[in-house]
Amino acid sequence: MIAWMNWTPTVVVFFVVIAMILAVMTVYEIVSPCTERKGFLPIETTRGDRLFIGLLSAAYINLTFLAVSDITLWVALAVSVAWLLVLLRWG
Amino acid sequence: MEKIPNNRAWWLVLPVFLLVAFSALIPLMTVVNYSVQDIFGPGQAYYVGTEWFKEVLADERLQDSLIRQFVFSGFVLLIQIPLGIGVALMMPKSGVKGSLCLILIAIPLLIPWNVVGTIWQIFARGDIGLFGWGINQLGIDYNYTGDTLDAWLTVLLMDVWHWTPLVALLCYSGLRAIPEAFYQAAEIDRASKWAVFRYIQLPRLKSVLIIAVLLRFMDSFMIYIEPFVLTGGGPGSSTTFLSQTLTTMAIGQFDLGRAAAFSLIYFLIVLLISWLFFTAITHADKEK
Amino acid sequence: MRQTRAKNVGITLFILLLLTPVYWLLNMSFKTNQEILGGLTLWPQTFTFDNYAVIFTDPSWYNGYLNSMLYVSINVVITLSVALPAAYAFSRYKFLGDKHLFFWLLSNRMAPPAVFLLPFFQLYSSIGLFDTHIAVALAHCLFNVPLAVWILEGFMKGVPREYDEMAYIDGYSFPRFFIKVFLPMIRSGIGVTAFFAFMFSWVELLLARTLTSVDAQPIGAIMTRTIGASGIDWGVLAAAGVLTIIPGLLVIWFVRNHVAKGFALGRV
Repeated sequence: MIAWMNWTPTVVVFFVVIAMILAVMTVYEIVSPCTERKGFLPIETTRGDRLFIGLLSAAYINLTFLAVSDITLWVALAVSVAWLLVLLRWG
Repeated sequence: MEKIPNNRAWWLVLPVFLLVAFSALIPLMTVVNYSVQDIFGPGQAYYVGTEWFKEVLADERLQDSLIRQFVFSGFVLLIQIPLGIGVALMMPKSGVKGSLCLILIAIPLLIPWNVVGTIWQIFARGDIGLFGWGINQLGIDYNYTGDTLDAWLTVLLMDVWHWTPLVALLCYSGLRAIPEAFYQAAEIDRASKWAVFRYIQLPRLKSVLIIAVLLRFMDSFMIYIEPFVLTGGGPGSSTTFLSQTLTTMAIGQFDLGRAAAFSLIYFLIVLLISWLFFTAITHADKEK
Repeated sequence: MRQTRAKNVGITLFILLLLTPVYWLLNMSFKTNQEILGGLTLWPQTFTFDNYAVIFTDPSWYNGYLNSMLYVSINVVITLSVALPAAYAFSRYKFLGDKHLFFWLLSNRMAPPAVFLLPFFQLYSSIGLFDTHIAVALAHCLFNVPLAVWILEGFMKGVPREYDEMAYIDGYSFPRFFIKVFLPMIRSGIGVTAFFAFMFSWVELLLARTLTSVDAQPIGAIMTRTIGASGIDWGVLAAAGVLTIIPGLLVIWFVRNHVAKGFALGRV
């Protein structure tokens, strides 16, 4: 039934991590609801907005690394995670 | 209107969530799987990591089609938005004439996209089409199947014909929502026509214009059937836009891995642009 | 007054230009192929219904129309029945992740169908729905449901919440209030949404063509058959094209007074 989806371990890990992030954010939101605030981003954002911005820019960071260099993607991943944390904290 | 916090509202949203998740998440996950593997057949796959992405990003054919796509969408916006505003300003405000205008202008929007292609395929031909024949009669050498520039202009003209009505109708509904008192005040101030447009009508059109730009950009960004029927993407690949390149790769050549990587990049571009617009729309809503 | 006249001339001219290509298609559908290829004529010299007769007598032709209408209708029913409660929730309540859910829905309206084409084909094959009307109807929900939620939410925001509260005080249960009181109040919005769901499902071909082969083939896919060994059968092609425009014209008539607001996604 799902053989055609051709699941591979790396992708399983990828989606599990995303699902876990979403789950954690949901629980966090229930425990302490957040209000919009303005950080260094030009618009008011909630925690969820910043997470989305972070994930989307992570995708672009990884693609840029792939396009312009041969450095291993672990570096790009590290950069993305760092950027995500900065965004969540000060964005 | 202040909204009431109530998490039980999720029950009302659940059917939509499940339905769209079924059609959107399963395919998305599949595409991600395909993009990191070389697939020979069901169950016969070989993990290749980010190879496909690297290849796709370096593929000149794809870069060309991406650039072509942005140029096309740019022209679409540049022509259709001002033209649509102009048409909306000319439309009769109400009554039977207004309704009639509205329906007539909406006609191109109701035509299946492949038929839009067919209409222009016929209409622009030099031998049996009024438009192509007319241009040739003027002494201009025009042939949309052979000449790159002609093909481009024809595809662009077709899109203007097809979608300017959408922009016009959006702006029309925006204009109708302006209270009459605004115009009366302007008349007392003896404001010029331009001033009325610049300081009363245009600001009030802001929110519909954002929606118009969003819809026109996104829909022109996924244009496929119309140019496919009209020019088949040619001459050469001069009118082959992103969706067609992708479809050829996925269905035509069955190049699954590459097509999947390409799909994801395409999707990321769309995601970024729609997020920018969505933020703009919610901001405009808030200002009200 | 001179300005009004200039405006009228302008709009008339625009509409004429807009309708010329459609007229040309109509014109051609009443011509014989000899006349079409023989030279340019502004109206049919030998008026004929033969091209339409071909379509109305050949089941493989008219079945295409029936198939398209069937999956479009299924789609409109599904779209409205799931989108109405969801739009109500978005217009009235604040809930966990509402904004992000709304954006996620919207991003599916914006995503090019080509991106998901191949997995779609495999998904519907694997659950045994390939080449059925329901498959196309479900696939079209991908962009129609988000659009419907968006339009309906815009219309529902215009209904003051006092009505809801009044109904509850009168002892209405939620389902009874929703069906008996609320839906009638936004019926123009529902009409417009149905129109848009109809329209976008009717004009789409890429997904419809990929998910079908014989039994549920849409008219758009059948039209490519007019390209035969002896070249294109222009007359029949034109007639088939004209017939695809008619359902849209019939439907828009009913919603003409509200369609402008619908085009603005209820946001005026």
